[in-house]
Amino acid sequence: MMRTPASRLALPLSPPNKGIDMKLSIASALTAALVAFSSAAFAAGGAGKIKDHDFSFDGMFGAYDQAQLQRGFQVYEAVCAGCHGMKHVPFRALADENGPGFSDEAVKAIAANYEVADEEGEPGDTREALPFDYFPTPAVGGNPPDMSLLAKARNGGPDYIYSLLLGYTGEEKESGDSILYENTAYGGYLNMAAPLYGDDVEYADGTEASLEQVSADISAFLMWAAEPKLVERKQAGVWSMTFLILFATLVWFTNRKVWAKVKHPEDHT
Amino acid sequence: MGTIPQEHYEPKEGTTSKWINDRLPIMGMIDHLQKFPTPKNLNYAYVFGGILVLFLVIQIVTGITLAMHYRVGETASFASVEHIMRDVNYGWLLRYAHANGASFFFIAVYAHIFRGLYYGSYKAPREILWIIGVLIFVVMMATAFMGYVLPWGQMSFWGAKVITSLFGAIPLVGESLKEWLWGGPYVGEATLNRMFSLHYLLPFVIAGLTVLHIWALHHVGNTNPTGVEVRKESIETVKKDTVPFTPFYVTKDLFAILVFMIAFAFFVYFAPNYLGHPDNYIEANPLATPAHIVPEWYFLPFYAVLRAITFDFLWIIPAKLGGVIAMFGAIAVLAFAPWLDTSNVRSTTYRPIYRWWFLVLVIDFFVLMWAGGQPAEGIVPLVSLLATIYWFAHFLIVLPVVGLIEKPLPRPESIEQAFKDKHDDTDDANPGQSAGVAAQPAE
Repeated sequence: MMRTPASRLALPLSPPNKGIDMKLSIASALTAALVAFSSAAFAAGGAGKIKDHDFSFDGMFGAYDQAQLQRGFQVYEAVCAGCHGMKHVPFRALADENGPGFSDEAVKAIAANYEVADEEGEPGDTREALPFDYFPTPAVGGNPPDMSLLAKARNGGPDYIYSLLLGYTGEEKESGDSILYENTAYGGYLNMAAPLYGDDVEYADGTEASLEQVSADISAFLMWAAEPKLVERKQAGVWSMTFLILFATLVWFTNRKVWAKVKHPEDHT
Repeated sequence: MGTIPQEHYEPKEGTTSKWINDRLPIMGMIDHLQKFPTPKNLNYAYVFGGILVLFLVIQIVTGITLAMHYRVGETASFASVEHIMRDVNYGWLLRYAHANGASFFFIAVYAHIFRGLYYGSYKAPREILWIIGVLIFVVMMATAFMGYVLPWGQMSFWGAKVITSLFGAIPLVGESLKEWLWGGPYVGEATLNRMFSLHYLLPFVIAGLTVLHIWALHHVGNTNPTGVEVRKESIETVKKDTVPFTPFYVTKDLFAILVFMIAFAFFVYFAPNYLGHPDNYIEANPLATPAHIVPEWYFLPFYAVLRAITFDFLWIIPAKLGGVIAMFGAIAVLAFAPWLDTSNVRSTTYRPIYRWWFLVLVIDFFVLMWAGGQPAEGIVPLVSLLATIYWFAHFLIVLPVVGLIEKPLPRPESIEQAFKDKHDDTDDANPGQSAGVAAQPAE
């Protein structure tokens, strides 16, 4: 479906040795599918330790940091996209002013890196994606979750994703034919190997990549993917709350005045 | 129109109002509603009725707009909700207002119910008013449950499956009933489709019941914190105990509504998913059971009752059926409160023993809510069972018995008197006129 370098596919599934071959990773991914269907793998976090990261979009006045979203998208493309699709996110959204804010040309170029089903051709035909298409789901095994809503589908949201990416202890265990990896944020063993190491991308904006940096950037990007209207929402919220508080104050004084002659008739005779 | 004497509507000769009213007495009805004599001593516990009407309107308006963009289908539903969130103008606001609106609707309805229980609003002559209220509550729960199914996320699907499966516990017809509800042998698109149909219908049933509820209210009049009835002998006595709804309760209710809306807006704009479950942002997957299926918070007390019955009851009722009976019974028992309460004092303020039991009931409600949200392990089943037993015991034992043994406190002779005492005594701004005047009986 997608023009993916082999290394990209292998990355999320292979811990210390990134050069692990693709066959093996797909085989382990297929077996992991069985694990994914077990309820434990679907547990929405909770048991583990979640760090409260200070994101730019936290709080009532918080907003996305456009440069961070662009960096986060770089991480998604370089690493996550190998396994995880975003079927509810259209490429055109990448141009959103309150989102990553890529130029229209950049969005076209990004979309052109992906292949999507060609509905006008024969079944099975594909074509280059256009801005109105949605991020395709890679054809890999292991049932990796779609990332469109991941940041809202886990307790702790972006903090959970950030903690998960930093939470690998390096411990592994075998379970059936697959390998499980210990993670403190997950609170046990999960079937995704540590996907990020800190040197995964060379940032276009010159920011120095570190494990904390790439983890924070991808977490912010995934929050945007899940909640693209967050900035509009908080801005509208500040106005709405201001209006409601002012209106309520005026009505409180009005009400007091209306009741004054009933409560204290002697003052109004 | 009602039992409270009220000035008759007399439109002026030659006006449009008179022309209309001679043909359809709607102008008279509006006049009656505007000037409705309302006890002057209502406190802020009495604002929730107005808030509930507003929230019914909010839910219907946002819901109808959402339905213009929503689609039914095993994959279409989830995707159409995301379409609403991302592409529809202010779709995020509509959906978050609707989802949080349901939560705030229930906050208001629980406050309204407990206010009714505390001030004895169910007692004669308000039994029918109360029972209509219980019916509204039941239909509200059904509507909210079906609405939660519509996004077709994991909790939607598994919640629908768990709750509809309950009907399978009914002897003889259970299995067929369950399949009839599902529209097939499993929970799928047919189930989703009928949930959507009914979710659209039931709010209008609530609206109809609300009209009856308010009609009954305007016939018998409001209760008030003293529980002493408005003196209905003449318009003059009524005027001493009441104020016209407009403007007095328009401004007071509006102020309360705005304060409630500030809390509502906070959730909609700054914590829109706080009251929801993250699993519902995962598409429904019949092959993957969530680790912990929980309903929305407002169902938790009754969900705890459902799970509390873990044993076969009286050797003939299996545990599952027992749980279902207990859950519906926990709601139904409310409807019998008017006949279970033997006290002739309406307001709990003047009931020195019952007020403690009322406090226990409120705590019991929150204990059940907590228990309903926990995995059924450890101490939780025992807590659920004890809290369930108290819930029933409160209505079936405490309410009849306390009324018989309790010696109530003296009540004010009229609303007018109570109101005067309160406002003259606490009025620090007019020290010269306070205690001396108020201590005297009014007439």
